[in-house]
Amino acid sequence: MAFPLEKAEDPTKLRRVAIDPVSRVEGHGKVTILLDDAGKIHQVRLHIVEFRGFERFILGRPYWEVPVMVQRLCGICPVSHHLAASKALDLVVGAKRVTHTAELVRRLMHYGQILQSHALHFYHLASPDLLFGFGSAVATRNVVGVLAAFPELARQGVLLRKYGQEIIRLTAGKRVHGTGSVPGGVNKSLTAAERDELLAPLPDVKQWLRSGLAALTGLYGQNREQYDSFGTVPSSLLSLVGRQGQLDLYDGVLRARDQYGKIIFDGLDPQQYRSQLKENVRSWSYMKFPFIGSLGPEAGWYKVGPLARIQNCDVIDTPLAEEARQGLLATSPTRQLIHAPLHYHWARLIEMVHAAEVIENLLHDQDLLGDQLMASGPRAIAGVGIIEAPRGTLIHHYEVDEQDLVTMCNLIVSTTHNNQAMNEAIRQVARQYLDGQELTEGLLNHIEVAIRAYDPCLSCATHALGKMPLQVEFVDPAGKVVQRLVRDGENLAAVSA
Amino acid sequence: MSDKLPQPAGLPIFLLDGHEIPFQPGQTVMQAALEAGFYIPHLCFHEEFKPHGSCKVCTVKVNGRTVASCTTAAAADLDVESETSELRDLRKTLVQFLFTEGNHFCPSCEQSGNCKLQAVAYELDVLSAHFNPIFPDRPLDASHPDVLLDFNRCILCELCIRASSEVDGKDVFALAGRGITKHLIVNAESGRLADTKLAVNDKAMSVCPVGVIQRKRRGFAVPIGQRTYDQKPISEVTISRLQGHPIGHAEDQEGDGR
Ligand code: SF4
Ligand code: FES
Repeated sequence: MAFPLEKAEDPTKLRRVAIDPVSRVEGHGKVTILLDDAGKIHQVRLHIVEFRGFERFILGRPYWEVPVMVQRLCGICPVSHHLAASKALDLVVGAKRVTHTAELVRRLMHYGQILQSHALHFYHLASPDLLFGFGSAVATRNVVGVLAAFPELARQGVLLRKYGQEIIRLTAGKRVHGTGSVPGGVNKSLTAAERDELLAPLPDVKQWLRSGLAALTGLYGQNREQYDSFGTVPSSLLSLVGRQGQLDLYDGVLRARDQYGKIIFDGLDPQQYRSQLKENVRSWSYMKFPFIGSLGPEAGWYKVGPLARIQNCDVIDTPLAEEARQGLLATSPTRQLIHAPLHYHWARLIEMVHAAEVIENLLHDQDLLGDQLMASGPRAIAGVGIIEAPRGTLIHHYEVDEQDLVTMCNLIVSTTHNNQAMNEAIRQVARQYLDGQELTEGLLNHIEVAIRAYDPCLSCATHALGKMPLQVEFVDPAGKVVQRLVRDGENLAAVSA
Repeated sequence: MSDKLPQPAGLPIFLLDGHEIPFQPGQTVMQAALEAGFYIPHLCFHEEFKPHGSCKVCTVKVNGRTVASCTTAAAADLDVESETSELRDLRKTLVQFLFTEGNHFCPSCEQSGNCKLQAVAYELDVLSAHFNPIFPDRPLDASHPDVLLDFNRCILCELCIRASSEVDGKDVFALAGRGITKHLIVNAESGRLADTKLAVNDKAMSVCPVGVIQRKRRGFAVPIGQRTYDQKPISEVTISRLQGHPIGHAEDQEGDGR
């Protein structure tokens, strides 16, 4: 088999462990681990149940509802869906280019979103693992624990998130389910007062990010080996890059590199994504496995998201973020690409620094206050909108008939792009930490730490208060559940099967 | 209520929650109350059309009897109760039924903020649909070049039917079926809106209290948050408008509170 630990030789003789948290809107994840009696691991799988039915809501609806409707796809980054759908539908309404003001407002909204989502991901969801240790006492391994032990860091995380949310509110009209971006442009720009309100906290924002970055590099300094090797599996990378090869999270062309950094394709017009990206289905997972066509379904998987982006681009065109990027790249002395999942967090902080710098530039552009909001042109029947959402490349593709109703909708979300990457990461972690061990909550958390590096949206990766319900099932060779463990808050408790 | 009009002398009066309401002979309780600056929640009532009395959201108690205020003639010495907890609860339940019977996904509905059903729900503190939604699945009619019909939101107030026949002289809409299967239809042999004479400037385009009849391709042109009922509750919007001080966007002022 191409992917070790994807499929056990003889699964009927093995015990099964399932990490199965309650479902959330976007989809929920479940990790199953098949063990033999000696605790040796034979199979590890991350099953993600995507909130599919969504296409059904969109098909047959008028296109102008779509950018608002799709925000329900994700509770953490609705704005990414809002903008990706708008970008796809710009093309349908013939707005090949939106007005300069519209582009500035949308970029501001997007970078505000990056800031708030990354802040939630790093400070709220991931920092407890990093600060206290993956197997540390679950009672304090949560944001409340961070608040007690590192109050300043926790406070800065909260304020960063607030700042991003304020940007979203002023550009999208509302903090959640905004309507600011519409096919063809935006329905509002900023007033001078709103702009000034956003400019005021920027020096603090940058200072907080400097401390965050310092905290993370400090942690890395104490534990280089673990950060570099935890769940590390090399793969190709995919992301948008700006037309000059710079980091651009809002718009650009698709670029892919192989695991050594060699370009696989570059300059790919988003409208042509299907010429390079294919999707594969596996019997055991509802979620598709996309791959780079020229490499085939086995070798063509790739990573998306912050760590992919900051290495896929040639440069970050804002100075503080580029300096921080060089800091991360320098941890790989041979200048090989970095594939360590934990470095996603570092990359995330670099992107937050970049977001703050971009936001500052946007706020100083007078056109942000302009009144040319909408563009249009001859209608087209289809459009693809690609954006770099906080967690990675997000593709929205629609067809709209002459009666203005959506007739086709294809969405590829970042979780799907990273499906194989997350599966590989948890297999690696299982090999490194779980094999032959008595399973404890702390050890199972190692699996979640790897998933959480990529994706906080999976509910199994979201243990906001360390209280994520978690089920572990031991299944006998006949498939019968012999024991069930339930983690509720701090304890792993046995529940009779 | 803040802006009570000075009461013209010499008119007969009735009592509304203890307030003296003057009325012209021939007026209904609803008309007189609104004119005097007192809001009674309503959905199928529209001051330009003959009252129709189907939604019952305007239910009041007159001398102890439950009646629709939009169809009850005002008369001297009536004792009308409106703002009682019993009547509020009744109205609330009626509004919850309406939410249950249609697809009212406010966060992604173009009508949000201009929708009377949503606004009346806020006015009545309806915070959830309470009953299990039916989720009707009626196909949209997008055949007309400029107008879209989303039947899944219709609350059967018949205002479009009245407007189309009485003002536009076109009879574009009608109701078919009875009871729970009652639904709005398009009056054309094909059943398609494209085969009617409906035009965007018709009165029927501007009276729908919810989001059934929509102008195409202008969705979300006005940001949610800046729409009529986003700014002030429907009670204030309605009274202000009737007193000649409209609140909200000009393009939302075509019909009753829209
Ligand atoms: S379409 Fe609108 S105006 Fe016509 S009956 Fe239905 S809710 Fe009333
Ligand atoms: S407003 Fe009186 S019954 Fe509808």
